[in-house]
Amino acid sequence: MIRAVIVINDQGKPRLVKFYEYQPVEKQQEIIRNIYGVLCSRAENVSNFVQDSTFGPDTRLVYKTFATLYFIVIFDESENELAILDLMQVFVETLDKCFSNVCELDIVFNFNKVHTILDEIILGGQVVEMSSSEVVKSIEDISWLEKNPNSITRVSKSISSWQGR
Amino acid sequence: MEQLKTIGRELAMGSQGGFNQSKEFLDLIKSIGETRSKSEEDRIVLHEIETLKRRINEPDIPKRKMKEYIIRLVYIEMLGHDASFGYIHAVKMTHDDSVLLKRTGYLAVTLFLNEDHDLIILIVNTIQKDLKSDNYLVVCAALNACCRLINEETVPAVIGSVVELLGHQKEAVRKKAVMALHSFYRRAPSSVNHLVENFRKKLSDNDPGVMGATLCPLYDLITIDVNPYKDLVASFVNILKQVAERRLPKTYDYHQTPAPFIQIKLLKILALLGSGDKKSSEQMYTVIGDIMRKSDTTSNIGNAILYECICCISSILPSPKLLESAADAIAKFLKSDSHNLKYMGIDALGRLIRINPDIAEQHQLAVIDCLEDPDDTLKRKTFELLYKMTKSSNVEVIVDRMIDYMISINDSHYKTETASRCVELAEQFAPSNHWFIQTMNKVFQHAGDLVNPKVAHNLMRLIAEGFGEDDDAADSQLRSSAVESYLKIVDDPKLPSAFLQVICWVLGEYGTADGKYSASYISGKLCDVAEAHSSDDTVKAYAVTALMKVYCFEKAAGRKASLLPECQSLLEELSASHSSDLQQRAYEFQAILDLDANAIENIMPLDASCEDIEIDQTLSFLDGYVQTALEQGAEPYVSENERSTTLNISSIRNHNAYEHPAHSLRFEAYEVPKPVVPTNLPPAVTYPTELVPVPEPSYQPTLSSRPISDAGSGSTDLRLRLDGVQKKWGAPTYSSAASSSTSNFDSFRTAVNGATQSDNVPAKSREPRQPPVEVSEEKQKLAASLFGGRTERNERKQSGGAVGHGKASRTTNHREDKPQPTTVTTAVQSLAPPPDLLDLGEPTGAVSSYSSAVDPFKQLEGLLDLSQDGSAVATTSSGPDLMSLYSDSSTNGQKDNMNSAPNSSNRTASLTKGPSLKDALDKDALVRQMGVNPSSQNPNLFSDLLG
Repeated sequence: MIRAVIVINDQGKPRLVKFYEYQPVEKQQEIIRNIYGVLCSRAENVSNFVQDSTFGPDTRLVYKTFATLYFIVIFDESENELAILDLMQVFVETLDKCFSNVCELDIVFNFNKVHTILDEIILGGQVVEMSSSEVVKSIEDISWLEKNPNSITRVSKSISSWQGR
Repeated sequence: MEQLKTIGRELAMGSQGGFNQSKEFLDLIKSIGETRSKSEEDRIVLHEIETLKRRINEPDIPKRKMKEYIIRLVYIEMLGHDASFGYIHAVKMTHDDSVLLKRTGYLAVTLFLNEDHDLIILIVNTIQKDLKSDNYLVVCAALNACCRLINEETVPAVIGSVVELLGHQKEAVRKKAVMALHSFYRRAPSSVNHLVENFRKKLSDNDPGVMGATLCPLYDLITIDVNPYKDLVASFVNILKQVAERRLPKTYDYHQTPAPFIQIKLLKILALLGSGDKKSSEQMYTVIGDIMRKSDTTSNIGNAILYECICCISSILPSPKLLESAADAIAKFLKSDSHNLKYMGIDALGRLIRINPDIAEQHQLAVIDCLEDPDDTLKRKTFELLYKMTKSSNVEVIVDRMIDYMISINDSHYKTETASRCVELAEQFAPSNHWFIQTMNKVFQHAGDLVNPKVAHNLMRLIAEGFGEDDDAADSQLRSSAVESYLKIVDDPKLPSAFLQVICWVLGEYGTADGKYSASYISGKLCDVAEAHSSDDTVKAYAVTALMKVYCFEKAAGRKASLLPECQSLLEELSASHSSDLQQRAYEFQAILDLDANAIENIMPLDASCEDIEIDQTLSFLDGYVQTALEQGAEPYVSENERSTTLNISSIRNHNAYEHPAHSLRFEAYEVPKPVVPTNLPPAVTYPTELVPVPEPSYQPTLSSRPISDAGSGSTDLRLRLDGVQKKWGAPTYSSAASSSTSNFDSFRTAVNGATQSDNVPAKSREPRQPPVEVSEEKQKLAASLFGGRTERNERKQSGGAVGHGKASRTTNHREDKPQPTTVTTAVQSLAPPPDLLDLGEPTGAVSSYSSAVDPFKQLEGLLDLSQDGSAVATTSSGPDLMSLYSDSSTNGQKDNMNSAPNSSNRTASLTKGPSLKDALDKDALVRQMGVNPSSQNPNLFSDLLG
């Protein structure tokens, strides 16, 4: 199970924090600080994995750097490190598609949308979608519906598109 | 910081992305971006909190405004500040009819609240309603919230709707309903136990996505109990087969790999189901073999699946063919340049050697490379592997390495783990006691506070007992070397307490035994210890008792023994100590100073820590004294339980109290004498068997009672005075043995069993091993010593006492093995002489054979660097930024170096990291200032992000 998805920038400022089990605010901050400390001390060109005892003895942490941002996923032994690495790729790809050329500030200013995107990929700590185009499709549906709350035409359209899938 | 500043300014001019935020929010983010210190940031955020507190409670806030406040609250809390004052507004927002506001409300509450929060009860109703909504997006939002906000109490409120949604027409809803049910199961298994059958049913859902989601709860269920799901093996295998054969729609592909997460989950499930089950395992062999054959080793995700296959193969009943391909896959991982793949390779190797320990030998060099890698994660993983493959032939090298590593790390959690692993391996496989002591010294020196105190006592016991049998010369040699090694390090001011106790005890007991060091030298050292660690009472106690022993041994040996001045002052200081234990010891010492050599020899016999001490529980040696006392009219002793049962007053009157102590006169309770700690010799009765209800330790008295009366006659008052305090020391442990000196009386030295060291060993203990010198040629020997001597693996089972196998026996084992192994290993073994790291004068034949094996990769490295540089340039210039990364990786992959892809993307990312981003941002800023529409003209920021 995935325990947390965290995005921090290279100065340790949190940009997206999502814990799949509730953590009090102070604990969250402590975890983020610890992780930032660990990641800062890692050399370049080393593996993207860190053995991490934040959530017990068997949790691992996978991180990936995109420009100024660290994307971090913490998970337990029921996930596969390499696959999680690709999952992050999917997440960032999706962000890129949704924001057309995403940068750190998009994430800062639109973190609620980023949360929505993340919820389409990971739900309750489990990976539910691996295709960025599918995620984009449902995000578009959501945005459209939010703007046109009284219409359901698009919804029915997307049902037909689902049948085509 | 600067970048943020620039962009913040730009963004104030116009927003980017979809969800418009107000200028205030942008200003907030901008000003936080510009802060230089945490305190400055806190000040801004606190100000923002004040503003929000005021605003959010104003009447009639437009909904749009409220939504923004909520988002600002979430932002504040993400920065670590308390936003609880606004929780209620977030809850209210979930009630809103507008989908946009509702979603925002749900997002905020899932981030703010835990499932046991008081406010949840206000949301449950809304969730209930939303689960029944016609709008599937509303249903999805409610299901999202369910995953996080529903606890055991509230499950019944929503469970009905959620189960209903398992049959919803949209697959996204069904998928989320499965996940919600799964999260209920995790939180409160009992409340959904009757519904787990639904997971089975959903496995045959039309939509592969729903089926994939169902695998998550099934995996959890199967982890808990395999048996109810054995019947599903065929279905799982079938699904996996279909997925692998690309029967799923293309939309489930990820970079040409069909539904990777489904494959991985299925493999994990099969690993559980096939473990120890021949029938199930056999069903899986074909499909796993197929997947491995087809797997795409050039992509990250392909390797992920490959790794999962290896895990599965090592978990199910072994199939030789699959093991072989697993070993091949591991070889590829380990030879890769990517640290990620090496890591996976080491991990996989650790799993596979449980089944087939031989495969480790093919990879010895790769493993050693990983051990010396700068990547800490990889190093740790490798140590884990080494820990798993330790046997008596390589324990010295491995433990040396582990200790070096342990010294180098700071993380106390991991340090403790490494230290205890070192101790465990050393206790289990120690080739010699000498080595064991040296190793323990190192562990104690660097992590003494972190290891179990029992380890210290084991060490003392080992030194005291020596080899257990007959071989006195070896024992004393062992002790001499222990003393010597301790004298060398005792001045280190940072030694942990447990280790100092061991040192003091050993120095006291054996410091002067071999005559190499004078008593005054040892005493001086001991005084230094007591002085340097004046805040540690336990260490001081050990030190002063050790001093006493040194003094006694000297005097007993007939040498002139005088106290050093510092020892004298230490004694004076301790006799005024706050600790009664220290006082006690000081007074004892002072009392002993007055005794003659003969008495001293009796109370402090040389090297008697292992002797059994017979306790004369009846105190028969006092009989004469008691008799005299009774004759002089003293009252007989009444034992405690007799005293407590004498309540029958009527009977007492009729009896002579003197003759029947059990019924002595007791009219007033408060007159009851309680002679537990008598200040004078207690008058004892002559029927010894009825006396002193001491709990009897199960010792077999073998020696005649110690001649305590000798000493006793000399210092009767002393001993009596101490009686009450002695109880404290009574426990039959080694720590008490160290202090038992004067009070043989009741501090029994344990009858030490020789269990840990049963082998009798040739006296030749080795020279102390130094950690291997880091010469590159040394690697070969390191490899040889790590992986050689396979036949001794079986020794793992017998814990302790692996001492008997000397170097010679190991060598012969080695030779005998030759015919068996594969080509690589034969070469290694025939070339590599006995696996001794220290033999520097090796013939270089072994070296050359190894280096030739390594060479191709070394050469490839050069090639790779070039290609990577080239690709980096290509990436930045080529069109669609993101995809270029993949095209880049796939072309790289084709260059028959399978693992360059992830690595190169890493490198390119890091190449373009710092400065180029700034350039891009500056450019962006410029463009925006010139008033060009930012969304169309935005320079490729994302290409910078992705490299």
